Amino acid sequence: MLHQLYRFFSSLKLTVACLVLGCVIVFWGTIAQVHLGLYRAQNEFFRSFLIYWHPAGTGFHVPIFPGGYFIGTVLLVNLFVAHFRYYQPGKRKIGILLIHLGIVLLLLGQMLTDFLSRESSLHLRIGETKNYTEADRAFELAVFDTTDKDSDKVVAIPCSLLVRRGEVSNLEMPFSVRVKTFYANSILDQQSQPGFEPVKTTTGLGAGIWWREEPRETDLNRMDMPSAIVEIVTSQGSLGTFLVSGWLDQPQSFAFNHHSYDLRLRQERYYMPFSLHLIEFRHDKYPGTDIPKNFSSRVRLQNLENGEDREVRIFMNNPLRYAGETFYQASFDPDDHGSVLQVVRNPSWLTPYLACVLVATGLVIQFLSHLIPFLKRRMAK
Amino acid sequence: MRKWIPIILVVVMAGWILSGLRQPPETGFHARDFGRLPVLMNGRFQPFDSVARNSLLQIRTKQTVPVEENGKTRTMTAMDWLLEVMMKPAQADERKIFRIDNNEVIGLLKLQDGQKFYSFTELQPQLDEIGKQADRIEKIESANRTAFESQLMKLYDMLNLYQRLQVSLKPPATDDFAAELEAYQKSLVPGIAAVNARDAGQKFDQDAFNTLLGLMGGYNTVAAFALPLTIPPADISLPRDDWQNIGTNLMQTARTGEFNPATKYYAEMVTAYRSGQPDEFNHIVGEYRAWLADRFAPQVKKANQEFFFSTMEPFYKATVIYVLALVLALLSWFNRSDWLRRSAFYLIGLAWVIHTTGLVFRMYLEGRPPVTNLYSSAIFIGWVAVILGMVLEKIYRDGIGCVVAAFAGFVTQIIAHNLALSGDTMEMMRAVLDTNFWLATHVVTVTLGYASTFVAGFLGIIYILRGLFTITLTAETAKSLARMVYGIVCFATLFSFVGTVLGGIWADQSWGRFWGWDPKENGALLIVLWNATILHARWGGLVRERGLMNLAVVGNIVTSWSWFGVNMLGIGLHSYGFTDAAFKWLMLFIGTQVSLIVLGLLPRKFWRSFQVRTPAQS
Repeated sequence: MLHQLYRFFSSLKLTVACLVLGCVIVFWGTIAQVHLGLYRAQNEFFRSFLIYWHPAGTGFHVPIFPGGYFIGTVLLVNLFVAHFRYYQPGKRKIGILLIHLGIVLLLLGQMLTDFLSRESSLHLRIGETKNYTEADRAFELAVFDTTDKDSDKVVAIPCSLLVRRGEVSNLEMPFSVRVKTFYANSILDQQSQPGFEPVKTTTGLGAGIWWREEPRETDLNRMDMPSAIVEIVTSQGSLGTFLVSGWLDQPQSFAFNHHSYDLRLRQERYYMPFSLHLIEFRHDKYPGTDIPKNFSSRVRLQNLENGEDREVRIFMNNPLRYAGETFYQASFDPDDHGSVLQVVRNPSWLTPYLACVLVATGLVIQFLSHLIPFLKRRMAK
Repeated sequence: MRKWIPIILVVVMAGWILSGLRQPPETGFHARDFGRLPVLMNGRFQPFDSVARNSLLQIRTKQTVPVEENGKTRTMTAMDWLLEVMMKPAQADERKIFRIDNNEVIGLLKLQDGQKFYSFTELQPQLDEIGKQADRIEKIESANRTAFESQLMKLYDMLNLYQRLQVSLKPPATDDFAAELEAYQKSLVPGIAAVNARDAGQKFDQDAFNTLLGLMGGYNTVAAFALPLTIPPADISLPRDDWQNIGTNLMQTARTGEFNPATKYYAEMVTAYRSGQPDEFNHIVGEYRAWLADRFAPQVKKANQEFFFSTMEPFYKATVIYVLALVLALLSWFNRSDWLRRSAFYLIGLAWVIHTTGLVFRMYLEGRPPVTNLYSSAIFIGWVAVILGMVLEKIYRDGIGCVVAAFAGFVTQIIAHNLALSGDTMEMMRAVLDTNFWLATHVVTVTLGYASTFVAGFLGIIYILRGLFTITLTAETAKSLARMVYGIVCFATLFSFVGTVLGGIWADQSWGRFWGWDPKENGALLIVLWNATILHARWGGLVRERGLMNLAVVGNIVTSWSWFGVNMLGIGLHSYGFTDAAFKWLMLFIGTQVSLIVLGLLPRKFWRSFQVRTPAQS
């Protein structure tokens, strides 16, 4: 039995099967992007163990195909076991060994990236300074204690908790937040539109606003805008229901126990131990055309912890790498007075570089070790 | 005697190429002289000739216009045509240049059936209808348009291009431009005084006011719509690429009172052309060129070089020779005579030299690595495939490498020609692509991977066709084909893998994501996976000779999908490609490859080559 397993996991047939399955899901996952959008297709096909079929109208999830993680894992196991089984010491196999070592590094590196990397963005208007970045898709409900004029105390509740529509409490808050309604993507309007319903809240801004739940966004360039109705529940009873939404710029305010509070549904924030200040943004075009030639942001980096204070230019293909984060020029405001930087934290960013070197070296060795003797034989004829 | 045939063929073809370099002297209006003048368009300096060629190619899908005159057919060059469009627009309106293939569009516009090309005059009554339709279609994503909608949109764009070219050198109503400029010069002082007086609420000279504003109205139209920037900065202190169109320049003159000499030269050219005075026209072109040469030497030089490149037509000439070589090489399989094979080999060598000249010339003109867009990728894939074919021929000397090389050279040129129909092939690179380092590493290696996978697939096709339908696939030939495919697939794996990973590293450098599962990335990954599949299947003994060939043909499908198919999905960060008409061709290609695989799977008893072999041989 064990021997059969060993033979199965070390067989080249398994390798070929995995590679073919890999081809299938890469093709399928690419086609699926037309309808699902890149982000969802990525999660369903490549960053998953199984690909599910969701028959329309039912709540079923039927697994129908192995996903990217599944195939990747089997390939890795196959690779290790096969090398163990067929390994021959000596120079002849060094190329093959290097190639596969590189592949292992690449696959592991990418899996690590999937779990460890974090993407966010930093939008700066010219003259603005920020010491935090904002998540691209995730929102949070921020509860501010604004009693002290000089510093706000914030409790941030991530949307993943709001989705469950339960009650959230926290030691820092003398009350709990009960989620009445939650729309992961929504649209608000001040007039009734087809399909819109009036927002039913008892307190704060909300009366006269109409809303509608929207399907989840599939376009890579647009994001979901969640909205929710939450109730603030204290030990002495309810303080009323409030509308919170990614669309609202103003906070909802209320008072309790001589403290004043603000509620705001905003993009999740990640704070950094340093700040960036946008000095200048440039958007150059080729003469006589609208073809962009270059985008660049000149920013001032200030780190109070070590007193670092310098200017940096971030432009296409030239990111700023600092304190484990990398800042890339990603986008800009239509009026050219603001810049959007993509911020990525990826501890395993170096693995593909190493993997590339290993595999390329291995392939070249392998290729030449066959080609040269072959040519010598041919020429000798 | 036969020994000399290959040499004679090469000498004859080389003579044909060289003879094309010497242009006969021009008579009448020297359109070629005019065509070498530099202008700034699409963000780059180019000769007027390139503007003419690219525009006519987009509108008419050809670089010439046939004209019926006194019962004889004469060919107008692209530059002849553009001169007429810019200087005698009314006459140009009669030329049948707008290509419309879609019957629904022809029906909608109430055009005469059975014509491929229509003139602007025929289309003019329908401009409103076209505009109305285009307004609606514009809102539909190009991937979701029907054939009718995309053809109509294309027509709309062509008409737009044509009408903008018409006002690129003179205002629509102007007849004698030189005289008009003099009038403009005289009207400036009194006219501006009248405008100022009127603004201040004082009494003003109505005639002077009307004259100036009338003229400026025309220049305003030119300023808004003219396409090439024709007027260089007269002021030495301005940046050298701060060119303007003639309308903007004349509007500016109203403020500064200064006339740019280039404006006057062009106005005089227009007048000379319109009044039918070739000598005068040629003289002014010469004077303007001399004026430019002192001030804009690099731009003049660049325009001259590009002009020379276009008239040399290296890719067209290489194509002709590839076709000839292909015929000879195919014959050599049946005839088995070495002089045919050698002739083909030498001719491919000659064609490759011209191909290379064109490729390098383009790189020099652009200041870029060889592949910058789909067009140049086709040229480059062909170039690499020809090398691989010639290497195979050199090793095996059995005519197969020759067929691969000649066929690849010829087909990729056809593809490139069709890609060129969408406009300037030397366009500027968008910000994220503006990096020679990554274009030279990632793009070149990935394209090498494409080329070699295609070569392997094509060898597979040769195996299947020769084995099934002829008796020429001897055991020996079959064995060398298998070796070739194996070697090429190894080569393809190397380049497609390295190219794909380099692409990931570029992505990591420019937007922080090594791998984003973007369609273009997936396309490249698919080639790597497929090549790896072939190699492992062969090592594991899952496939033998025939299976290897069939898998290699599947490689053609994978590569064509990755090269073109993913650009048609219209999503992701890489979708800077194009295209919709190509979809039909892609499907057709995939269809043929699938049929070939089906043929390749037929049992051995249907294979003619296997029937004639003795049992010991097979």
